[in-house]
Amino acid sequence: MRNTQATELLFDLAQPGRRAAIFPESDVDTAAASECIPAEFLAAAAPELPEVTEPDVIRHFTNLSTLNMSVDTHFYPLGSCTMKYNPKRHERLAALPGIGDLHPYQSEDQLQGMLAIQYEMQEMLAEIAGLPAVSLQPAAGAQGEFTALLVASAYFKDRGENRTKVLFPSSAHGTNPASAALAGFECVQLKDGADGFVDLVELKAHLDDKTAVFMITNPNTLGLFESKITQIADLVHEVGGLVYIDGANMNAILGVTRPGDFGGDMMHYNVHKTFTGPHGAGGPGAGPIAVREFLADYLPGPIVSRSESDTETFTMTTPAKSIGRVRSFFGNVGILMRGYFYLRTLGAKGLREASEDAVLNANYLKALLEDVLPVPHGNHCMHEFVASASDLQKERGISAMDIAKRLLDYGFHAPTVYFPLVVSDAIMIEPTETESKATLEAFAETIRKIIGEPAETLHNAPHTTPVSRPDDVRAARKPILRWRSEK
Amino acid sequence: MSYLFNTPDEKREMLAKIGVESVEALFEQIPAKHRLGRDLDLPAALTELELEQHVQKLAARNGGRSSRTCFLGGGVYDHFIPAAVDAIASRSEFYTAYTPYQAEASQGSLQAFFEFQTLICQLTGMDVSNASLYEGGTAVSEAVFMAMRITKRHDRVVVLGSLHPEYQQIAETYLSQIGCELAVVPTPDGVADPAVVAEAIDETTACLVIQTPNFYGCLEQVEALTKIAHNHGALAIVSFDPISLGVLKTPAECGADIAVAEGQSLGTPMQFGGPFLGLIACRDKFVRQMPGRLIGETVDRNGKRCFVLNLQAREQHIRREKATSNICTNQGLLALRATAYLSLVGPQGIQEVANLSCSKAHYAAKKLCEIDGLEMAFDQPFFKEFTLKCRDGADEFIARAKQSGFDVGPGLKPFGGPDDHVLVAVTECRSRQEIDDLVEAVRSGVTASCDGVAAPHIKVPTGQRV
Repeated sequence: MRNTQATELLFDLAQPGRRAAIFPESDVDTAAASECIPAEFLAAAAPELPEVTEPDVIRHFTNLSTLNMSVDTHFYPLGSCTMKYNPKRHERLAALPGIGDLHPYQSEDQLQGMLAIQYEMQEMLAEIAGLPAVSLQPAAGAQGEFTALLVASAYFKDRGENRTKVLFPSSAHGTNPASAALAGFECVQLKDGADGFVDLVELKAHLDDKTAVFMITNPNTLGLFESKITQIADLVHEVGGLVYIDGANMNAILGVTRPGDFGGDMMHYNVHKTFTGPHGAGGPGAGPIAVREFLADYLPGPIVSRSESDTETFTMTTPAKSIGRVRSFFGNVGILMRGYFYLRTLGAKGLREASEDAVLNANYLKALLEDVLPVPHGNHCMHEFVASASDLQKERGISAMDIAKRLLDYGFHAPTVYFPLVVSDAIMIEPTETESKATLEAFAETIRKIIGEPAETLHNAPHTTPVSRPDDVRAARKPILRWRSEK
Repeated sequence: MSYLFNTPDEKREMLAKIGVESVEALFEQIPAKHRLGRDLDLPAALTELELEQHVQKLAARNGGRSSRTCFLGGGVYDHFIPAAVDAIASRSEFYTAYTPYQAEASQGSLQAFFEFQTLICQLTGMDVSNASLYEGGTAVSEAVFMAMRITKRHDRVVVLGSLHPEYQQIAETYLSQIGCELAVVPTPDGVADPAVVAEAIDETTACLVIQTPNFYGCLEQVEALTKIAHNHGALAIVSFDPISLGVLKTPAECGADIAVAEGQSLGTPMQFGGPFLGLIACRDKFVRQMPGRLIGETVDRNGKRCFVLNLQAREQHIRREKATSNICTNQGLLALRATAYLSLVGPQGIQEVANLSCSKAHYAAKKLCEIDGLEMAFDQPFFKEFTLKCRDGADEFIARAKQSGFDVGPGLKPFGGPDDHVLVAVTECRSRQEIDDLVEAVRSGVTASCDGVAAPHIKVPTGQRV
């Protein structure tokens, strides 16, 4: 049933002379830029874009879309990514006139509804974090990290302290060290304890008066809550450092505990994970940050504030000692909107139930799988767990990748594999709360079936996807990063 | 509302299998003293109908392009979006997919992004494009970091004062911690004077950042400027308007080493400033210093063409603190919109959009400048946006237009500019009638405030007719 002709490259479908969008004749004195702009600025010809019809375009992309797995079509237990259902009402509301069609430079009196939403979003994110000051500006989690680290840097500079180091456990997301380096810090990676938690001895050994920030994901990337988080935070605070919570795993703890309550001084949210912004095959996201009161003055502007005399009036302000801008305009508002709609439809109880079911689902799936895929760390997990395929690897030569790829044949998206590095042959599974018991059982059953299959079948998997395993080495050796005309 | 599945009976069965009494037991790993012990203090949950009514009410307090006539610019433009762009971006197989790490299950997105990269190269004349950055502002900073790595010069970066002020502010923030000087070349005439730029660049300069059309709408002498950068071994970074490339010379033709842009004009709604689309393209030899994701073509085990995330060793999930950028999440869905948009408009369509926007902007400039008290702030060629100098001040001009349902601006004062300068942008979406109505609206305001009709003061920019 696959239409392979329609999924040829756009450029191979093109025929000179075809048109799709056609624009009106000019209704003013001139019709061409050449009548308005000196020739030295003008191109000799139009750009060499493909020439196709609208039906070409629609059939091409519609058929391409069917080559994807997605949350709307498949179970997507991708660890650390929180691939939960993306409510349709959010899409409609984000596009409403008065929301989706606002220009960022309209005057404040034309934006009061939008600013009211942003203000309320700031307040809700502050409450969920247990940290009172929020900036909605960062465009994604990584930019949130970077922004918060600049806030920390400005805070220390203001206090006349020269702190140069950012510490993080080896299980940290790659963005943590990358953001720290970008913010001008020296990166210090700590060895994890054998139990997958932060090793307090190792932490102590690296903490000193040069320590600016300790970055930690909690629940951590093993899906476990750092039970020693209090001691960790106390140790960092004792040397005058700040604790940063990478909020990638917030989906486990909404309304149960708050980063501000367990020692965090700063955090980011991933609105596209926790609060249902669709992932869009890689983005857009939104990475708002929340910080303690004493850091509020350093946040990037603009921040929305409410008039004290008239609670229906909102203005945009920049904090007194702001680090400056990190993004143009006001952040990824469209994604923040979806987060706002989600929070408003769930409310406090709904959010807590979402986390409870996320944790319940993860533990149930773990219980269903543990005898065939051992989970080396922890007793109960939070919203995700990390199993290990190392026995299978040793005994039968079956790798985590083999299992992941074979799952695609059975209509399940692959879990995250080989991350975090602290587990050998890691398979990181996060079912989310928006899946049924039956789906979890079907997934577990499929894993059992796969493990029983001949190793050869698995090495060559997937067998039924639009393409089989790609040759990554060839791709990297002589990169082809664009189509070129053979002319 | 809830999106949960588990019934009470199912929950009991699941807990039994796990071997705990209650869900609460699963949270025991969280120290008791840290557990909240109360409900979050959030507004009450709304049903879908209530939410829609609530949002409609708030939306009614805003004025967007649907209810008003938009002549606003400053980096975000009201260009037309063909319905097919929305239709394609609404395919949930695209918008609810994750980053295409599993190539076998993501060929749709991967191929679309490979096509996106190609289209951006075709548009800009550059050799290679990545699969998107956050937006036009951070794209400039990413390009600056890239130039610093390539030239191994980390002490000085030169930008033109006509670069979007918010992009300048972002660059200041991004460079603030690494001791790199950000030198800004003043542009009092609306564009940079190459002789002044030549003075500002030296052998320690990593790059020169040029925006054209610039923040004031004026066209910079890009070819002369990139030559100056190259003479000193610095790279030339050009921030462009994608629509303008329907008629203007490409960044590649003008000597850009790295081309960046805000890609919002390519099929993305204005949505109060984001999410937008950061574009970055460069010359082949710089590809390994590129930030963000790159899609590459290869073959699968059966020799069939397929697409993968390529050269990932540049990225944070592999290289960590040595990565070319900390970016992870990009703007995939907006890149898809741009891919659909460029496919639909094609070479002729983008030329039409550019010609119409340019012609209408020049018509609007001419008509507005026929009004006493209004003149062009700069005597420079422009594309679809221009800076007006208003005798009665920019705020007054904006207010008069606003009263009649027209949004113009932004004024330059909030950006540190003179309080009588204001931007006016005109796209293909504006009709002659709307322009004439805007002119009438501000004219009657002017005459009212000027106590009588003065003779029209006409100042048409020179160098416009060729």
